Amino acid sequence: MNELIFFVNKVLVSGTVLGSIYALGAVGVTLIFGILRFAHFAHGDMMTMGAFVTFVLASIAASMGIQTFWPTGFIVLPFAMAIAAGLALGIDRAFYQPLRQRGAKPVTLLIASIGVTLMIQGLIRLFWGVEARSFFANEPKDLIRIEVPFEGVRPIVISEPQILLIVTTVIAVVALHLFLTRSRLGKGMRAMADNADLAKVSGINTRQVIRATWVIAGGLACMAGTMLALDVTLKPDLAFNIVLPIFAAAIVGGLGQAYGAIAGGFLIGFAETMAVFNWSILLRPFRQSWPDWLPFPADLSLVPTEYKLTVAFVILVVVLLVRPTGIFKGAST
Amino acid sequence: MSLIEVSNVSAGYGGTPILNGVNLAIESTDIGVIVGPNGAGKSTTLKAIFGLLRVSEGAVLLNGRDITNAEADKLVPMGLSFVPQEFNVFTSMTVEENLEMGAFVRRDDFSDTLASVYEMFPPLKEKRRQKAGELSGGQRQMVAMGRALMSQPKLLLLDEPSAGLSPRYMLEIFEQVIKINKSGVGILMVEQNARQALEFASKGFVLAGGKNRFTGSGRELLDDPEVAQSFLGG
Amino acid sequence: MTHIREFILFGVLAVLIGILVLWLSPVGTIQILALASAYALIALGLNVQWGYGGLFNFGVMGFLMLGGFGVVFASYPINESFWGSDGPMLLGRAAIAAAFGAVIIIAAAKSEKFGLGKRSRMFALVVAWAVAYIVYRSQIDPAVAYIEGEVEQGFVGGLGLHAIFGWALGGVFAGAVAYVIGKICLGLRTDYLAIATIGIAEIIRALIKNMDWLTRGTLTVSPVPWPVPTQADLAASGLEDLSLITARSMYLVLTLLVIVVIFLLLQRAYYGPWGRMMRAIRDNHIAAGSMGKDVKRRQIEIFVLGAALMGIGGSILTTYVQIFDPGGYQPINHTFIVWVMIIVGGAGNNLGALFGGVFIYIVWTISDPIAEFIFRNLSEFSDGMGWGAIPDVQSRALQMRVFVLGLVITIALRYAPQGLIPERIGGAKAED
Repeated sequence: MNELIFFVNKVLVSGTVLGSIYALGAVGVTLIFGILRFAHFAHGDMMTMGAFVTFVLASIAASMGIQTFWPTGFIVLPFAMAIAAGLALGIDRAFYQPLRQRGAKPVTLLIASIGVTLMIQGLIRLFWGVEARSFFANEPKDLIRIEVPFEGVRPIVISEPQILLIVTTVIAVVALHLFLTRSRLGKGMRAMADNADLAKVSGINTRQVIRATWVIAGGLACMAGTMLALDVTLKPDLAFNIVLPIFAAAIVGGLGQAYGAIAGGFLIGFAETMAVFNWSILLRPFRQSWPDWLPFPADLSLVPTEYKLTVAFVILVVVLLVRPTGIFKGAST
Repeated sequence: MSLIEVSNVSAGYGGTPILNGVNLAIESTDIGVIVGPNGAGKSTTLKAIFGLLRVSEGAVLLNGRDITNAEADKLVPMGLSFVPQEFNVFTSMTVEENLEMGAFVRRDDFSDTLASVYEMFPPLKEKRRQKAGELSGGQRQMVAMGRALMSQPKLLLLDEPSAGLSPRYMLEIFEQVIKINKSGVGILMVEQNARQALEFASKGFVLAGGKNRFTGSGRELLDDPEVAQSFLGG
Repeated sequence: MTHIREFILFGVLAVLIGILVLWLSPVGTIQILALASAYALIALGLNVQWGYGGLFNFGVMGFLMLGGFGVVFASYPINESFWGSDGPMLLGRAAIAAAFGAVIIIAAAKSEKFGLGKRSRMFALVVAWAVAYIVYRSQIDPAVAYIEGEVEQGFVGGLGLHAIFGWALGGVFAGAVAYVIGKICLGLRTDYLAIATIGIAEIIRALIKNMDWLTRGTLTVSPVPWPVPTQADLAASGLEDLSLITARSMYLVLTLLVIVVIFLLLQRAYYGPWGRMMRAIRDNHIAAGSMGKDVKRRQIEIFVLGAALMGIGGSILTTYVQIFDPGGYQPINHTFIVWVMIIVGGAGNNLGALFGGVFIYIVWTISDPIAEFIFRNLSEFSDGMGWGAIPDVQSRALQMRVFVLGLVITIALRYAPQGLIPERIGGAKAED
């Protein structure tokens, strides 16, 4: 029974947490792709940037003596998201819009996004150095133990930021769904992702849609980055390493498909956690009755932890080969 | 002052222009039909009016206002609507959402317009929750035209509305075009099925090589032996 | 066709090098030039892939690592302890297991010949992969444990060949991996290819970093032997004061020789029928395909060629610094800077790639002390103003360079999308 709880802690909780972060990031990537038709590589660093914005706000709040029941980083998140959305708009204005207006190919924008990546990375490290920081330097990181109704069994452990993360992700996904299906601008966004020329012909204000896209992508990136930083620590290269799984999630879900990106995010998140999980732990209860002739496996993880990154990539390649448009049919051009 | 006046327009996609001085004028009571051989610049004329490609010379006037090279999202509120020949529905969106997108520029309540579009194209009402990509060719054309009507245009530009449709659907679409015109919307359309279209056209324009060759009422063009022989297949 | 622009730019480069000689020292300049020439070779490789073929590669780092590993494997002295142990036998068993796995995977892939349907073929393929993986792991895991635990130095060692063979092997390794990647990925759209190559580079890094039995991983291998006598050799043979400069000069001459040969071969190929075909494919896939050209095969060709050049460049880098440290590879220093080189130099023009490679490398290197100088002064200024000194000046100054690198990319794309020395083939390259 303890083993099962261990499984819940290590796979279900971690997978959901990781999946939520990937999903939030992948939605941004997929929306930008759907509207602007280029792979925005700076997205991981927009996440990091958002986390640092939150960090600064949280520090300010802490210095003003604001202390609440919730983690401060979480309280200031809406403000940070607004700032991050503004920064995303500014980045578009300064670096992508001029190229778009020249009629540059998507690949030029893709290279430009690498330039933006380097600039954000440089700036973050310029101001905050390279060391890791914690949102919980001055406040406790609460752990929530959910007791299971069995004698002598360990509780399910989940940290407060993790619960907040999962709840916020659900809220964000529902809000995004309502936006895309109910609001005029959200529908315009879907229309432009579906058929940009026709959207223009219909009189949809494409500039407005592009701005909305950056606001949403920037806000969600900030949310994902902050959540990741709350869950682990805040490092300048926080999200650069997860840009690959995020893209894998967006592509697996079908580029341009918001719901696909969410599904893809959870798929990749769970696949990664399950691939590095040592499954022999689940066999331990049967150790007594284990046949002598068969050596008891000590390590049954599918992939050594060092190669966690490869999991997302292998899934990506398999999907690209078997179903290039993603699991949900994605944009084709 | 005509509803739309295209005077001496030259336009192209960079390089040699496709249009070399096209002239036409349409009133709100008119159904104008542009006919001509392939590559004559028929669709290009519509796109030039709608600002989808650069007009290098000449002018386009809507109710006397110069709209040469204006952006589409400025033209739609001014009363211009365009139905492209291909890819003219949002395939991943429902029929109703497609129609709503046509009304994107309107900030007022457009439920009346929606109702009148459904009245005009009854099959759409039935399938309004269905994705437009799942519809047949004829129904898609209805969605496309319905979408264009949602902005309550004064002038509707139709690029080969009957392309790829069965004769039955073609006639149905033409009937709707006439009905739309009766409700006070000027029509300017490009048609492959030139004979049928000229039958009900109040104005016909024969283009060739990016220039006007003949202009007259639909009847006049049909009766002109030269037009009939060269452009209407004898 | 005038070449005034090229003369001016290379003149600027010459002046820059002259300043370096005076400012640093001849010895320091030669070191920078030797490394710069390695980067120029790498930039040529990326130019072949991107400039000639229009193939996206964000995984340059991976090929440099393969090149570095290739030269270590070829030229590092033979590890007697490994060859005298059970290691070769255990590895042999792992190789047999891998071969067995390959056979059943191929059998499953071809299973439609045995009358299996599409679904069951898919299933067979998945099972085959799983079985192959388990069988291979069951053999390789003990071999790895044995080599890392029992053998001296903890890895298989090298082959003790001359470093030149190592450079060649580095190119071969990179090219071979590029072939596999090309087979799988080159059909993909550009943005997919970009993410795929990033992923592959990360996987190569993870493998090389963690396969301690083969590469010694983060324990690093050194000293990697030089292809020319080192300073120590020369000093021992009586060249006292001049030993360092002589050794480095000999190394530089060798790398220049490699570059000149490769450059001439590339120029010849590019202006011949092969190059014309490549440009046709790059500028219009569909038309080239309909003309009966085997587009994908040509693209693989070009991808492999470019990767091989990167591999050789990576080998030269590793040999020069004499240490192979998988932990030292970073996308910024080993992928993106190469992109800056060809974007600034001019994609599609070999001279541009050479210029960009050398110029950007020099600028990147000297910007380190310059940035530090600026930041120190800023810090003193801010201290003098009573705002306090800037903490960790040095590391911050380094990060400023990353920012500038990114800024250079975006500015170049906006104001000089064709680079300083644009492609010149019968009219300008089509603007994007």
